[in-house]
Amino acid sequence: MSAVNQLTEMTGADILVNCLVQEGVEIVFGYPGGSVLYIYDALFKQNSIRHILVRHEQAATHAADGYSRATGKPGVVLVTSGPGVTNTITGIATAYMDSIPMVIITGQVPTSLIGNDAFQEVDSVGISRPCVKHNFLVKDVSKLAETIKKAFYLAVSGRPGPVLVDIPKDVTAQKTWFEYPESIEMRSYKPVFNGHPGQIRKAAELLLLAKRPVIYTGGGVVLGNGSAELVELTRMLGYPITQTLMGLGSYPATDPQFIGMLGMHGTYEANMAMHECDVLLAVGARFDDRVTGDVKQFCPQAKIIHIDIDPSSISKNVKVDIPIVGTVDRVLRDLIKAIKESGKQTDADMLANWWQQIDTWRATNCLRYDRKSQLIKPQFAIEKLYEITKGDAYVTSDVGQHQMFVAQFYKFTKPRRWINSGGLGTMGFGMPAAMGVKLAFPQETVVCVTGESSIQMCIQELSTCKQFDLPLKILNLNNGYMGMVRQWQEMFYDKRYSHSYFEALPDFVKLAESYGHVGLRVEKPAELESVLKEAFALTDRLVFIDCKIDPAENVYPMMAAGKGHHEMMLSPYQEERELA
Amino acid sequence: MRRHILSILLENEPGALSRVAGLFSARGYNIESLTVAPTDDPSMSRMTVVTRGSDDIVEQITKQLNKLVDVIKLIDLSEGPYIERELLLLKVKVATTNQREEVKRLVDIFRGQVIDVGDATYTIEMTGSGDKIDAFVKAIEASLILEVVRSGVSGIGRGNKTLHL
Ligand SMILES: Cc1ncc(C[n+]2csc(CCOP(=O)(O)OP(=O)(O)O)c2C)c(N)n1
Repeated sequence: MSAVNQLTEMTGADILVNCLVQEGVEIVFGYPGGSVLYIYDALFKQNSIRHILVRHEQAATHAADGYSRATGKPGVVLVTSGPGVTNTITGIATAYMDSIPMVIITGQVPTSLIGNDAFQEVDSVGISRPCVKHNFLVKDVSKLAETIKKAFYLAVSGRPGPVLVDIPKDVTAQKTWFEYPESIEMRSYKPVFNGHPGQIRKAAELLLLAKRPVIYTGGGVVLGNGSAELVELTRMLGYPITQTLMGLGSYPATDPQFIGMLGMHGTYEANMAMHECDVLLAVGARFDDRVTGDVKQFCPQAKIIHIDIDPSSISKNVKVDIPIVGTVDRVLRDLIKAIKESGKQTDADMLANWWQQIDTWRATNCLRYDRKSQLIKPQFAIEKLYEITKGDAYVTSDVGQHQMFVAQFYKFTKPRRWINSGGLGTMGFGMPAAMGVKLAFPQETVVCVTGESSIQMCIQELSTCKQFDLPLKILNLNNGYMGMVRQWQEMFYDKRYSHSYFEALPDFVKLAESYGHVGLRVEKPAELESVLKEAFALTDRLVFIDCKIDPAENVYPMMAAGKGHHEMMLSPYQEERELA
Repeated sequence: MRRHILSILLENEPGALSRVAGLFSARGYNIESLTVAPTDDPSMSRMTVVTRGSDDIVEQITKQLNKLVDVIKLIDLSEGPYIERELLLLKVKVATTNQREEVKRLVDIFRGQVIDVGDATYTIEMTGSGDKIDAFVKAIEASLILEVVRSGVSGIGRGNKTLHL
């Protein structure tokens, strides 16, 4: 079916598919069921849109999410009513927490049955309300096209987010004249683009007066495509930059001005610099508790500038001095201009002192680990992965220690390469997200770094990968434990390892093989490189690498929950070295 | 912890009310009262929310409300001069002449009206600010009160100040 925009009478299902075509949708991730059969019928009759049949609706949302994070385009999901919808909620909430644009189309029981506790009825609008940017129930086929237009507009504009459209079955069968609106105006929704010039001028002045400045950026720079401007501004000023888990990649981690991630498992130098800074420039970051630690002790001496698209992010957790609401790319461009036009320079002497101080913090070498270990250290595994992929892979992760090790050791140099669930911390995200990335970029290397606990939450998607020929590389850092849970139990619960250990694990190599993929196992540090090379050489196969790692390794450094940036726990390994 | 009166213009869409109510419960903000009805333009509703919180919290509440896609416009009436009114319907037991006279006297003082008379009951109507209604309900002997129905506060700015599209 080709895109139609002249007045033609068609069914709701055909209208929906046409709307998607008009929005430029290439891929829909979905799973059929009774309420969406007309829509699936319409999909069957066309070939502009590719449908990826997942094995569980949660995976459809994560895959659409991964697709969106990698491409910047909205991810699209199609599921049936009732259990189809409830299965998507985890994925929708994951996308919502990280502001990922998605459109989720859900079937609903026919309008005449709504409210009757009909078979497979659930109040989809109600159940999703707290975790969507907006949602709609379309009760009239004549409103369908306009609603889909609104859904895409809302998903991608302003602070992006998931939008759910619930369509009763009878609406997909009814016919009406189809016309797709060119553009949409909503009197109740007017996102801001440009920052306030006065505020930008003030910010420029404050930045130039800084003696101990820090630039702190988050996922907003990635999502708002502000990476080039961020790099220009940071290089121009010569200031240190730290990033959140979600911000990594939007400034090259290989650059000397990059002082590492900040927050709970941030570097010592980044957190100390936060604690000591006198001017903080926050860009597209939301002062999340994993980043700030104890807000009462947050940047105690700093004047704070905060650039964000969402006014409600500003002064939510930490009061800021110069708020600027606008899209990051435009505001940063205007800020660069304002700094140049001011004719003033940064304080070179003070800056040299500041860098000297930062270098002494850097010298603690806070990411040091035992490279001579007889067991594979997870840090070593990520360093090898980085080497073999030349730092240029798309890397997704699940949630836990392995996620932090990737963030610390894989030096991302481009935005949209590091794909993980930061806000919600959803185990099970990694593999389906990687499927979305691979579908978007079939030529690129896509790796999912996971743990033996997380991977089991969506393991069934190995089957989807087979059907659609998605040659992912899955690196399972297998420590036999829910590592991150075990770490907290070791540190804060007197080593009472309550239910963080699995008595029974599958043989992952055989499991991968039974799904039709290649499974490899590696247990010794000396073999790691060759196994990884072998895996990456198999470019047309999904390779599941079961990598047995040291079960006792912890993520360091660590700022415990509720502590300040200057109260970090450093690795005991490092302390021993220093004594020796 | 000041009392704030938020006046909101809202799309008259299904679910809009639950989005506002859901926001308050999800974020742990308190609602003292909430009233809502369509305006002269039936596609729009006017809502008045009375809430209590520190300045920081109320700032967050207004930002979060503004972020809701259905919210068209919003002002905090209590930032300037404003008028608030609430409707009270109160049913009281009046078994003796004494009670009848005492209740009638209070109704007059507070400039309310007795709008229905039963065998041994009066039903009273009164409008006024939340404070006035509080004071009146307090003035009536508790043992006489059979039913209290309050509409919740509606508010409007004084003078030229308006909230419209
Ligand atoms: C769906 C879900 N359930 C529970 C948790 C809590 N949780 C966080 S990390 C973690 C352990 C993850 O273990 P694993 O995947 O093996 O990774 P590791 O920490 O060992 O690297 C758990 C259970 C979560 N984040 N998500």
